[in-house]
Amino acid sequence: MQNLSPDPAVRITYRDAVREALRDALRGNPLVFLMGEDVGCYGGSYAVSKGLLEEFGPERIRDTPLSESAFVGAGIGAALGGLRPIVEVMTVNFSLLALDQIMNNAATLSHMSGGQLSVPVVIRLATGAGRQLGAQHSHSLEGWYAHIPGLRIAVPATIDDARLMLAAALASPDPVLLFEHLYLYNMEGELTPGLASVDLDHAAIRRPGTDVTLVSYGWSLYKALTAAEALSKEGIEAEVLDLRILRPLDEATIIASVRKTRRAVIVDEGWRSGSLAAEVTTRIVEQAFYELDAPVARVCTAEVPVPYAKHLEDAALPSPARIVAAVHSLIGAGRSD
Amino acid sequence: MSTAAEASVSREHGLELLRAMLRIRSFEDRCYRLYGEMKIRGFLHLYNGEEAVAAGAMQVLEPADAIVSTYREHGHAIARGISMNKVMAELYGKQTGCSRGRGGSMHLFDASKRFYGGNAIVAGGLPVAVGLALAEKLQHRRAVAACFFGEGAVAEGEFHESLNLASLWRLPVLFLCENNLYAMGTALDRAQAETDITTKARAYRMEATAVDGMDVFAVEAAVRGAVEKIRNGGGPALLEMRTYRFRAHSMFDPQLYRDKAEIEAWQKKGPIITLTSRLKSLGLMTEEDYQRLEREARAEVDAAVEFAESSPWEPTSDLERFVYAESVA
Ligand SMILES: Cc1ncc(C[n+]2csc(CCOP(=O)(O)OP(=O)(O)O)c2C)c(N)n1
Repeated sequence: MQNLSPDPAVRITYRDAVREALRDALRGNPLVFLMGEDVGCYGGSYAVSKGLLEEFGPERIRDTPLSESAFVGAGIGAALGGLRPIVEVMTVNFSLLALDQIMNNAATLSHMSGGQLSVPVVIRLATGAGRQLGAQHSHSLEGWYAHIPGLRIAVPATIDDARLMLAAALASPDPVLLFEHLYLYNMEGELTPGLASVDLDHAAIRRPGTDVTLVSYGWSLYKALTAAEALSKEGIEAEVLDLRILRPLDEATIIASVRKTRRAVIVDEGWRSGSLAAEVTTRIVEQAFYELDAPVARVCTAEVPVPYAKHLEDAALPSPARIVAAVHSLIGAGRSD
Repeated sequence: MSTAAEASVSREHGLELLRAMLRIRSFEDRCYRLYGEMKIRGFLHLYNGEEAVAAGAMQVLEPADAIVSTYREHGHAIARGISMNKVMAELYGKQTGCSRGRGGSMHLFDASKRFYGGNAIVAGGLPVAVGLALAEKLQHRRAVAACFFGEGAVAEGEFHESLNLASLWRLPVLFLCENNLYAMGTALDRAQAETDITTKARAYRMEATAVDGMDVFAVEAAVRGAVEKIRNGGGPALLEMRTYRFRAHSMFDPQLYRDKAEIEAWQKKGPIITLTSRLKSLGLMTEEDYQRLEREARAEVDAAVEFAESSPWEPTSDLERFVYAESVA
């Protein structure tokens, strides 16, 4: 990570940031390899790994058959055997075919073996809706995975995190799932000059504010930021928090922010029932109930398999307008003006 | 095409099969353009080059038979008799679409035609087909469950589990593998240790035959033979249809994994070109006949586009309908 360019004007897409992270990891450690469907010849289904096969060869950029359970499980085994695999599951939707391996092996082996084993595998998955791909290709299951003890769930939302979280994940002795929202791949931004590493422990305040905390992650972060801009014009200053890591949750940062703003809206692309938003809400209620000026609100995906038609999909997903409306309901509940 | 098949070809039948393939081809070519015009969104997987499989198989399958398909299923849906209007309207995301705009290109459904979708999880349809066949068997009905899938699916556990179950219980399933040689960018021999798919099926003790999937008569004959045996209690069968997709995997595929010459060579063996020249050389069809069929197919597609354009959107207030069963009038 030391050779990260200090040039203050490096503009890069999220996709390129992930690719650079992969390149660094492959260059820096001969035990690291990438495997998954169409990561090599095809260049990655979202073009993330384009060019890596040419640079690193087929031993380290391994195209797999359509066999999610087998190659994710093989990643787990390879990690046990001393390698540092990066397994790409094309999208979280297909990870359901590997769920047994992830939940019953990756997540349990350390504890179940009484601490003898550890599984330093990194699994990258594209996630999310918003591209009219229909129900089977639009799941946001990262909150679901965050239910599982033994896994670390990381969601890079910014260019910096896209560029640097992978190294942190590879440095972890535990299985880490990295969720890349497919809507973010084309996003452009600047790398923070001089930033050489990030952690896998802390949430980040992406916009400071005083009146309400918007808790978000992934693509929802940008919806929250857009909503915050709109609210600011009305004189409501929202603090926008990027969870970054869904498990283990950085409770301290969430609670500190809510103690300050006394109101919270959780924005989560998962379905509402049993969601990550439900978990965050509960933590706030458990720890800051008496400091709240209003009930906690949630903006989640409607409880439907995400539909294809654009107007229906838009209506199903969290949006800046729905976030603003949720904040209005809280401010109404908490303020007399 | 075998000489025996040629001898028995009638003009009427030959034109019927050609018509079935031209309808699909016109539809797909129009979809390609409509995607560029942003009328169709999401993922779009076109069937160009593989038309003989859908056209030949649907000739044989009966209305009572159940069909399960993949995300590359426009051809199956249209050949099955779902109206182009309904399919096109679905691609537009309209209320009049065969899935009321909720499914899109990858999720076409029509219960009245026993068309059980449009599954976009590779190999996800196979276990469902096994279950549909179980329902036939346990209710003493004679229908067959026909399941289309690509050769990429053969690597998935669900393929192997499904073949085993179907064979173990001797269920009336016809597994129709459309082997177009590539699963996205992964060539068959880069994904399979054993590239002969029929060998895998035989390992589960079911009859399996490789078929020239570019020859619509060969497809039809193979499906007829297999379905007859299955209907008579012979247990499941697998047909490996050797075919090729002429277009990219989807609309986002730069096709780095194959070269133009290969595509061109296959295009020369294409199912429509070869049938056309055969029918002409047998004196069963004139160029005029061909032109007429093509015109009719295009007119049908034009009408479908018009229907889709003028159809209403599902009201947003109905977003949460159908998550649980409701009786649809
Ligand atoms: C379980 C699963 N893994 C990955 C994908 C992504 N994907 C969609 S189509 C496809 C290739 C499938 O190839 P094949 O089965 O040969 O069918 P074809 O597309 O060639 O018709 C892949 C990898 C998916 N939809 N489902």
